[in-house]
Amino acid sequence: MTYFPILSFITFLPIVGMILILFIPKSQAVIIKSLTLVITGIQVIAALFILHYYNYSLGGINDPNSFQFIEKFRWIDIAGFSWIGRIKIDYFLGIDGISVPLVLLTAIVTFIATISSWTINKSVKGYFALFLLLDTGMMGVFVALDFFLFYIFWELMLLPMYFLIGIWGGPRREYAAIKFFIYTLFGSVFILLVMIGLYFSSTETLADGTKIFTFNMLAMMNPHNFTQFGILSPLNPNNLRLIAYIFLFIGFAIKIPMFPFHTWLPDAHVEAPTAISVILAGVLLKMGTYGILRVCFPIFPEITQQLVWYIALFGMINIIYGALCAMAQKDFKKLIAYSSVSHMGFVMLGMASLNTLGISGAIFQMFNHGTITAMLFLIVGVIYDRAHTRDLEAFGGLATQMPVYTGFVTLAFFAAIGLPGLSGFVSESFVFLGAFGFGLIRVLTVVSTLGILLGAGYMLWTLQRVYLGSLKEKWTSLTDLTFREYAMFIPLSLIIIFLGVYPSAMLSLMNTSVNSMVKFMADAKVMYSSLAGF
Amino acid sequence: MTEPMMINLALAILFLPLLGFLVTLLFGKRIKSIYTFEIAIIILAFVGAVVLLFTKLSYYQNTDIVSQVSWINLGNVPLLGNTTIDIGILIDNISVLMIFVVTLISMLVHIFSIVYMEGDRLYNRYFAYLGIFTFSMTGIVFTHNMLMMYIFWELVGLSSYLLIGFWYEKKSASDAGKKAFIVNRVGDLGMLSGILLLYTTYHTFTFSQIFSQIAAGHFPLNSEFWLTVTGILLFCGAIGKSAQFPLHVWLPDAMEGPTPVSALIHAATMVAAGVYLVVRIFPLLTSGALMFIAVIGMLSAFIPATIALTQNDIKKVLAYSTISQLGYMVMGLGVGAYKFAFFHLITHAFFKALLFLGSGSVIHAMHHEQDITKMGGLRKKMPITYATFLIASLAISGIPLTSGFLSKDGILQGSFAFGSLTGYWIFAFVGFLVAMMTAFYMFRLLILTFHGEPRDHHKYEHAHESPFTMAMPLAVLAVLSIFIWYTPNPFNPEQGAILSNWIKTPQLVTPQDSRFNFMKSELPANVAVQQVTQNSEVMYSESYTQALEGAHIPSLLLSLTLAGLGILIAFSFYQWKKVDVDKLADSIKPLYKLSYNKWYFDEIYGAVFVGGTLLLSRALAWFDQYIVDGIVNGAATVTRAVSRFSGKFDNVVVDGMVNGTAYVSGFIGLIFRRFQTGKVQTYIVLVVFSLVILLFIFK
Repeated sequence: MTYFPILSFITFLPIVGMILILFIPKSQAVIIKSLTLVITGIQVIAALFILHYYNYSLGGINDPNSFQFIEKFRWIDIAGFSWIGRIKIDYFLGIDGISVPLVLLTAIVTFIATISSWTINKSVKGYFALFLLLDTGMMGVFVALDFFLFYIFWELMLLPMYFLIGIWGGPRREYAAIKFFIYTLFGSVFILLVMIGLYFSSTETLADGTKIFTFNMLAMMNPHNFTQFGILSPLNPNNLRLIAYIFLFIGFAIKIPMFPFHTWLPDAHVEAPTAISVILAGVLLKMGTYGILRVCFPIFPEITQQLVWYIALFGMINIIYGALCAMAQKDFKKLIAYSSVSHMGFVMLGMASLNTLGISGAIFQMFNHGTITAMLFLIVGVIYDRAHTRDLEAFGGLATQMPVYTGFVTLAFFAAIGLPGLSGFVSESFVFLGAFGFGLIRVLTVVSTLGILLGAGYMLWTLQRVYLGSLKEKWTSLTDLTFREYAMFIPLSLIIIFLGVYPSAMLSLMNTSVNSMVKFMADAKVMYSSLAGF
Repeated sequence: MTEPMMINLALAILFLPLLGFLVTLLFGKRIKSIYTFEIAIIILAFVGAVVLLFTKLSYYQNTDIVSQVSWINLGNVPLLGNTTIDIGILIDNISVLMIFVVTLISMLVHIFSIVYMEGDRLYNRYFAYLGIFTFSMTGIVFTHNMLMMYIFWELVGLSSYLLIGFWYEKKSASDAGKKAFIVNRVGDLGMLSGILLLYTTYHTFTFSQIFSQIAAGHFPLNSEFWLTVTGILLFCGAIGKSAQFPLHVWLPDAMEGPTPVSALIHAATMVAAGVYLVVRIFPLLTSGALMFIAVIGMLSAFIPATIALTQNDIKKVLAYSTISQLGYMVMGLGVGAYKFAFFHLITHAFFKALLFLGSGSVIHAMHHEQDITKMGGLRKKMPITYATFLIASLAISGIPLTSGFLSKDGILQGSFAFGSLTGYWIFAFVGFLVAMMTAFYMFRLLILTFHGEPRDHHKYEHAHESPFTMAMPLAVLAVLSIFIWYTPNPFNPEQGAILSNWIKTPQLVTPQDSRFNFMKSELPANVAVQQVTQNSEVMYSESYTQALEGAHIPSLLLSLTLAGLGILIAFSFYQWKKVDVDKLADSIKPLYKLSYNKWYFDEIYGAVFVGGTLLLSRALAWFDQYIVDGIVNGAATVTRAVSRFSGKFDNVVVDGMVNGTAYVSGFIGLIFRRFQTGKVQTYIVLVVFSLVILLFIFK
C-alpha cells in the first residue's frame, strides 16, 4: 500500500475519466453518465481505502514525517535564472487529519452529485467532462502540500465551475458565472501575491547543502527557514507579514464566503444546476476554511494570534447576518444559500478558538455542513424538478402529497438546526465549547448562540410554508421520490445519523492532527516572540 | 436483582420506546396494525419501570446506581487537558419515581388514544411519535449529566413539535408547533450558556463531579457570583420547557395537538422536565439563584391563574392551570421546599393527566367541541368522566383526602416557613391567593361542563360515555389521585414513605455565605463536603425544621378556607347564579379584558420579537442586496465604465496617434509621391533646382 500512489490516483482518476469521455460519441449519454458514476464510485472506494490505512496516531500539520501517503518528487527544476536562483518545484502530496475528512467528503459529495446530474440533458458530454475536471481540482486542493501545486489546483477548479454555471445554469447564469469567476479570481490574485512573497522569503536546504527558495508549505511553517531579509520573513520585523496575512485571508475568505465577500454565493447557487449547487456548498466552500487552516494558521501563527478576535468576530457576523438574511428570502434555494453563510460562520468561530474542541468542531462542522447542505440543495432540486418553481409562497401541504420526501426534508432540516442525535449538533456544540473556553472570544460565542435560535426560526418557517398546511390544488400531481432520489438521500441521511450518534468516528480521525495544530499554534507564540525583532 | 441487572433494565426501558418508534414509523404504511407493537412496547416499558421502582425502593433505598461510558474521548489534549465526554445513567429514588410516572401515564395515554385517534389518516405515525417522545423523556429522567439532559431536552422538543403539529394541515396547528419549538429554544440558549460555563470550568458534564468540585470551592470564573449566574442560566431551560413566565406563551397554543398528547406531554411529563431539571441541579443553586427561581415561579403561578378565570376553551383553561401548577412547583423549589415540589410534580402528573384525558373524553363525546359555554349537563350522559373529573378537580383545588391537597399544602407550608424565616411573605401570599383562584376556575369549568342544563342540545343529544379503553385510564388516574397511596394520614404527607424515605432533600454544595441563613449547614465544612456523595437526608437547619412545623397548621387552615371559598364562589356564580357574572365582568371591564386577552402577551411578543426580527431580517436582506452586493456590482460597473473610457482613449488618442503618424507619413508620402514620376527629365530639373537652392543657402 505504501508504494501505491493513492493520492495521485484519487486526484487524477477523474481526469482520466474526462479523457475517456472525450472519446465517447456525443449521442451515448447513458454511457457517459455511467462512466462518471463509476469513476466517482471508485473515488469513494479509494477514499475508504485511505481511511482504512490511515494511521490515527500521526499528526501532520508542520511535520513532513508525520504526513501520510506522501508523494514527493521533483516536478519543475530550472537552474538558469541567475538573479532569481534555481527554481525547484516539488510535486508534493500528503494528508493529515485535517485533510482526510475533506478528501472523504469530496469523494462522497461528488458521487452523490453525479447521481443528481442524471437529469442533465443539455450537451451531456461537455457537462460530465467539466464535472470530472472540477473533481480533480477539488481533490487536488485537499492533498497538495506544495503551495505552487495547491494554487494550480485552486485555479483549476475555477474554470470548469465557470462553464458549469454559465452553460447549464438558470436564466441569469451568465451573470452568476462571471460574478463567481471574477470574484474568486480577485481572491486568487491576493493568494498569488502572498505565495510569491513567501517564495522569495523562505528557503529549503537541499541534500548538497545549498539553500534555495521554496514553495514547500511545510518549510514555510518553520521561521528558521526564512531568509534574514526576505520580504515576508518573520526575522525581518515589519508590517508586511500582517498585510500579507490579511491578503491571504481575504483570498480564502471569499471562498468561505465570509461577510462582506459573500454576495457571489446566493447568485451562483440560484443559477447553478442542482448538482453544481451541491458541489459548491458541499465541497467548494470548505476550500476557503481549509485554506485558512492549512496555510494562514501555521505559516503565520503569530499574526493569527493577533487577529484571532477578528476571525471570531467575522464568524459571529456570518452566523447572525446569514441567518437573518436567510429568514427574509422568498426563493427556497437562496434561503439555503444564506443558511450556508450562517453555518460556515460556525467553522470560523471554531477555528478562532485555537483549542482542540474548537478546531475539531470546525473541521467536523465542515464535514457536516458538506453532507447536510448537500442534502438541503438536493431537496430544493427535487421540488424544482417537479414544480419548476422555488418560490416559497407558492407551495404548501406537500407533506400530504410527498410523505417520504417530507420525511427526508424533516431529517435534513432538523440536522441543519442542530438537533441532537444528528451530526450537526456535535460539531456546533464542539465549536461552542471550544470558543467559549477561550476567554478572549467568550462574549462573541454567547452572541453566536443566537444563530441556533434564528436557524430554528427560518428552517421551521420554511418547513411550514412548503410542506405543512393544506395541499394546494395545483400540486396534486407531484410524485414522491424516485429510486434515483432515494439513492441520493439515503446515504447522506445515514451519514448524518451515524455521525450524530457516534461522532468519535470522525473526531478520532482528526484528533492527533488537531492536537498537533493546537500545540504548534501555542508553541509558535513563544517561538516567534523570541525571534529577532520581537 | 443485582446492580448491573438494574442498569440493563433501565437501558431497556430507555431504548424500547425508540425501537417502537422506528418499527412503527418504518412499517406504519404497510402494516395497518403495527401500532399494537408500539403499545406492547410501552406496556413492557411500564412493567420494567414497576420492577425497577420496587427493586430500587425496597433493596437499594439509599444507594444510587450509576453506569457511564465515554461517548467522546479526545484523550489528553494541549491547553484543555483531559477531554472526555461521558454519558451515563443514574438510578436514584428521584429517577425511578419519575420513570414510573412517565411510563404509566404514557401507557395510559397510548391506550386512551386507540379509540380517540381512530380513523385518523396517520394513525400509526401518531403512535410512532408517542414512542419517540417516551424515549426522549426517559432519557431526561435517567441522565446523570448535563449534556445528555440537553440532548434529550431537545429531543422532547422535537417530539413535542411533531405532536403539536400532528394535524399539520391546519395552519393553527403548524403555527403552534413552530412556536413551541422556537420559544423553547429561547430558554435553551440560556441553558446552553450555562452548560458552556459548567464545562469550561469543570471539564465534565456529570452532575456528581460538578457538585463535588463546587463543594471543594471551585466556581465558574472563580467567583460565587458566576455560580449564581450559572444556576440562573441553567434554569432558563426550565423556563422554556416548563412554560414559565415569561416564556409561557407556547403552552396554551400547544393545545392544538391531539388531547391525549396534551395530557401526556403538555400536562404531566414533558413540561415537568423543567422542574425535574431544577431538582437535579438543586445542590448548586445559591440563594440568589433560588430567589430568582422563586420569583419566576410565583409570577408563573399567578399570571396564568388570572387568565384561566375567564377562558372558555376547556383545554385552554387546563393549559393555564398547568402553567400555574408548574409555577407552584418552581416556586416551591425556589423557597427550598424541595421535597414538596417534587411530590407535587408526581401528584400533579396524575390528576392533570386525568383532567386532560377527561376533557378529551368530553371533546370526543361532543364531536370536537371545546367551548364550555356550549356544554352543560354532561354529568348525566358521562357519569364516569364526570366522577373522575370531579376527583381531579378536588385534587387540584387542594381538598383533603386527595393527593393534591398533600403536595400543594406542602408547598404552601414551605412558602409560609420561608416567609417567617426570611421576611419575604410575598411567596406565601401569592401562593394562597392562587390556591383560591385555582379552586374557583376549576369548579367554574366543572360546573359549566357537567352541571346545569345543556346549552347545545344538538350536540348534547349525541354525547355518550366513552368506551372502556378511554374510561379505564380515567379510573386508574382517579384512583391515583387519592391520598392513600402517599400517606396513611390524609392531613400529614410526611408520614408516608414517599416523603419520609424516598424523596430526600439533597445536600447543598454552595458556599455557606451564598445560602439563605436557614440553609446554612450546622455541620463542619469537611463533613458537609463528605455528605455530598452520600445519600443522606438534610433538612438545612434546626430553625427551618421548626419553622416548617410551625407553618403546618396555619397554612393548612388558610389554604382550606381559601379553596373552599373559591369553590363556593364558583357555585354561587355558575350553579346557583346568585351573581350576574356578565354584569360583574362589565363592572371590572379592564381587568376582565386583560384576563380574557391573556394579558396581551402574544400580541406584545408578536409585535416586538417576531415583528422586530422579521423587520431586521428584511432590512438586512435589503442591505445585502443593495449595499453589499451593490458595492460589488458597482465595482463591476465602474470597472466597465473605466474600461469603456480607456477603450475610447485607446481608440481615439493612443490609436489616434498611431493612425495619425501613419496618416502624416502617408500625407507626406502623398506629396513626395508627386515627385516620383519616373521621368528622367523631371529628376534632372529637380536635381538642378535643388542644387540652386543649396548653393543659395551655403553661399
